[in-house]
Parts: sequence; C-alpha cells; structure tokens
Amino acid sequence: MSTAATAESGKDRLFLLKVLGPIHVWALGVGIVLVGEYMGWNFSVAKGGALGSLIACWVIGLLYTCVAMIDSEVTSTVAAAGGQYTQAKHIIGPLMAFNVGLYLVMAYTMLEAADALIVGDLLTQLAEESGVTDFNAQAFVVLTIAILAFMNYRGVLMTLSVNFLITAVAFIAIIVMFFGISPWNEGVTIFHGDLLTGLPYGWIGVVAALQFGMWYYLGIEGTCQAAEEVRSAGRSIPLGTMCGMITLLIAASLTWFMASGLLPWEYLGQAMVPLYDTARMTGSPMLQTLLFVGTLFAAVASANGCINDASRAWFSMGRDRYMPTWFGAVHPRYRTPFRSIVFLIPIAVSFAFTGLLDQVITFSILSGLLGYTFMSINVIKFRRKWPLGVIDRGYVHPFHPLPALMLLTLCTATYFATYLGYGPQLLSIMVFYIIASIWFALHRYKYVARGDQFTMTWPRPAGY
Amino acid sequence: MAKAYLPPKQTGIGQFVDSIFLIVLVYGCLMLPLLFNFGGGESAAEAPAEKTEITWQSLQQNEVMQAQWEKLGYSPEEAAELINARFDYSIEPISLGVTALVILGYFLFVLKYSEKEYRDVIAERFGRTQK
Repeated sequence: MSTAATAESGKDRLFLLKVLGPIHVWALGVGIVLVGEYMGWNFSVAKGGALGSLIACWVIGLLYTCVAMIDSEVTSTVAAAGGQYTQAKHIIGPLMAFNVGLYLVMAYTMLEAADALIVGDLLTQLAEESGVTDFNAQAFVVLTIAILAFMNYRGVLMTLSVNFLITAVAFIAIIVMFFGISPWNEGVTIFHGDLLTGLPYGWIGVVAALQFGMWYYLGIEGTCQAAEEVRSAGRSIPLGTMCGMITLLIAASLTWFMASGLLPWEYLGQAMVPLYDTARMTGSPMLQTLLFVGTLFAAVASANGCINDASRAWFSMGRDRYMPTWFGAVHPRYRTPFRSIVFLIPIAVSFAFTGLLDQVITFSILSGLLGYTFMSINVIKFRRKWPLGVIDRGYVHPFHPLPALMLLTLCTATYFATYLGYGPQLLSIMVFYIIASIWFALHRYKYVARGDQFTMTWPRPAGY
Repeated sequence: MAKAYLPPKQTGIGQFVDSIFLIVLVYGCLMLPLLFNFGGGESAAEAPAEKTEITWQSLQQNEVMQAQWEKLGYSPEEAAELINARFDYSIEPISLGVTALVILGYFLFVLKYSEKEYRDVIAERFGRTQK
C-alpha cells in the first residue's frame, strides 16, 4: 500500500502513503486547535463575561470529549482518507456524506482564514510597537499561506513533522508564560480578585458563550483526516486524539486563568491576540517575545493543519465524484492531493482579507457544529447497523448511547448560543448548505457510482 | 446483485462549470453578508443618561482595573466604548422559530434523502433482499 499504485477494478489508482504515527496524529489535532488558545476563545468573554467563558470552556470540553470518544471508535474502524466524510458514506448515505465533506472543508478553510488574519494582525501590532506606520500585512499573509501550501504540496510527512515542532513550541510557550507570571501571587502579579466581575449577562450570557467556547477545541476531530495515512489506525487515532484532548483541556484552563487575571474582561472580550496582550501586561520582554513567537507559530501550525485537512476532504469528494473528478488527482511524485490544496487557498485568503475575525470564526464554528450534530446521529446508526461483535473495531467507546445523546443536547444548546448575537450568520450558512444539498441531489449525484460508495469489507448492514 | 448503475462521464467544461458554481455559492452565501453587513456580531454601546465627564469611577472601574487599562494604553474616554458595549440577548420568538425550523428541516431532508440513496448503494453492493 505504501508503494505507488494498487490495481483496482483493472485500473491503477494511487493511494496516500502510510507513514504517520500517534505523535503525528497528536500534532495534527493539537496543531490545528492550539491557535484557539491564542485567539478567538476570548470572544466568549464578550458574550458571557470572564466567568461565563470559563464555564463555557468546561461545558464545551465535555462536548469535545464526546466527539473524541465517538470519533475514535468510528475512525479506527473506518480507516480511510476523508474522515467523517467516509464514515457518512458507509453509515448514513451519499447526501449526508456530501454535506459532511463540505462541513469539513468549510470549517478548516474558515479556520485557515482566521489564522491568516491573526498573522496579519500580529505583524501589524509589531509594526505599530516598532513605530512603523502604513504597514500592510496582506503581503505577508499571502506569503505565509503560499509557503504552507507549498509544503503541503510537497508531502504530508514533512508538513506534519514541521507541525509537531512548531505546535510543541507554541504549547511550551503557554506553560512557560504560566510559571513566568507567578500565578501563586494573587494580588501581586495576577488579579482575579479585582478583575472578575461575576456574570454581566446572567446565565443567558453563559449559554451565549458556548458559541465561542467551541474555539478552545475546534478541529480536534481533524485527527481522523489522517486515517488513511497512519500505520496503525486502531492504535494511533484513539491515542493521538485522546492525548490531544488532554493537552487542550490543560492549555484552555491555563489560558483563561492568565488572561482573565491580567486583562479587564471588556478588553479581553474583543482582543485580537489576547495571550500576546497578556504577555505585554507582565512587562517582561522575554515573555512578550515568547508569546509573539507562540502566537505566530500557533497560527502557522493551525493553518498548516487546516490546509492538510481541508484538501484531503475535498480530494476524497473529488475521488468519489461528489465534486468534479479533477480534484481527485494525487500528485504522481509527491502523492499529495495537489489540485485540492491549490484550489482552496484563494478562498481562505479572501475571507482573511475581510478582517472580520469573529464572523469568519463563526462560520468555522457553525460548520464544525453541524459536523458534531452529524456525529451523534452517525454513531447511533453505526451501532444499530453493525452491533458490537459483528465487525472488528479498533476501539469501542464506553457508555453508548450516553455520549451521543449528550453531544446532541450540547449541539442544540450551541445553536441557540449562536442565535444569540450571530443569528444572521447562522441562517446564511444554513442557506449555503441547503442550496448545496439541493444541487447535489438534483445534479451532482448522477455522476456518482452507487455501489462504489461502500468499500469496507463489512457484512450487509442490519435492516437493509 | 442489482444491476450496477453506470454514471455518465462529466466533460471538462461540465467540471469547470460545477467548480464555478461552488465558488459563487461560497461567496454569495457567506462573503456577501459579511461585506454588506447583514447584521450579527454587533454589540451596541449603551448611551450615558446624561453628558458627564467620563472617569474611571463613572465607568465603575476599581484601581486595579484602571491600572490595567492604563497599561494597555487606554484613557477613560477610549475605554468607555468597550466597557459600555453590550450584546442584545432579547429573543424574538418568530426569528428563533424560523431558525430552529430551518436547521431541523435541513437535517430531516438530508437524512431522508440519504436514506433513499443509501438503499440503492446497499442494493448494488450486496444485492436486493427478497421480500
């Protein structure tokens, strides 16, 4: 499989290389998400106050624990490129799969746009602090994304190895900063007692904060995009994903603790680079430099992982003819989905240029949220169609169906949270998916070979 | 086994048109509302009851808050805009109901239609069941 082509149906078809281990899975998941600790999560402070944001962080942590548990079981069993998209093809059906593919592409492309936007804002802030006026960061944004796209074009192993290094630096920066501000000196170096002001909107603000609370973890499910490229899916996917979730829960709590103890909540709620601002408040040039590098690395690692994941989902859809087959090509030398990589880059960059970070993030969050809603339905159908013991599962998550029901409930609450303050964005993204679904059902599906949608060597599903 | 469905081969022009349609859909549904500011994500500043001099005390900021704002480079006047900004969480039953119906209707449609397609996939892959 790791060599070039495998004969299938009398025709050569190129497969992706199996070169990744648990550490790459961890790097892919955490690399995409860690930027969420550096920016974006703080908009939950604007919606519900600092304490509301902390409650949202933990409640949404529960949502993502359900996601990680469910995803580990299904992905370690359906080990193929495309992740949840491929799962949907085998468990629910083509139209759902088409939508899930789009959720993945849009969630990661908008996240990539947010990353690019942060790189621009950070460089602008540095220019202002250095006394440079009329600085235009857009050229640097394009250059950064172009370099990342080129790395992705050249090969997945190099891309994710680089991601591992820069993600590790960004994570260590948060830990060093935590100890650097001496968090045990309440009232001297950190001021929760004076800066925390309760719940400014009451409990409805806490519910509203769930929307951006998702930003602490959004994208961890991206680990399963590498399913076809890991050496042992049954071991690497659950191990990499669960370690990633633990890393993020620690990083999210530390981030909230530091920022809310040094910044007034009204400022924190609208800051573009809150952790860097927190470092500025310490007065330590070393911490400020470290957090500048950390923010930059986190954004770059995230954009890198997003290019990887969005292109794989788009590639998978092209390969299955859900999208034009032109996108389903694998580079003959580098074995990467090169056309899908190149196609999605301009979309991400153009959304980055709007400068509307909270709204771009909202599109990413909503696509992710639709995907989590799908996951809760998907795992219930998966267990019904192939009960335990009928097929080999790499991992079996406990307490089924409790995680699925919990996930569905928390997703519903987060739709309501998004309605509070971002209702038009919620409706516009639903219009996008509804039109796309009608287009697929009435036009695109005729190009799809029916029987080829089911490629696993499983028995016939129960009830069919 | 059910007779295998043979999909038509899409021409290069057809693929190009589909790609353009998708780009138009992304920009039409997602970019235009952003560029023309259809709403959402706005927190309005509460107007002060009467025109008074803005001070840290009038903004109800304690000494620590005041020190942190000043470290960030904000004067009371500049900070007032951020401090007084508030989201409006009043719920309009009609818009909430429409939003809920759109999400629910979307999922029902996708699941129902997928089920129909899935039966074709399974029939072709495993053969039709005898009734």
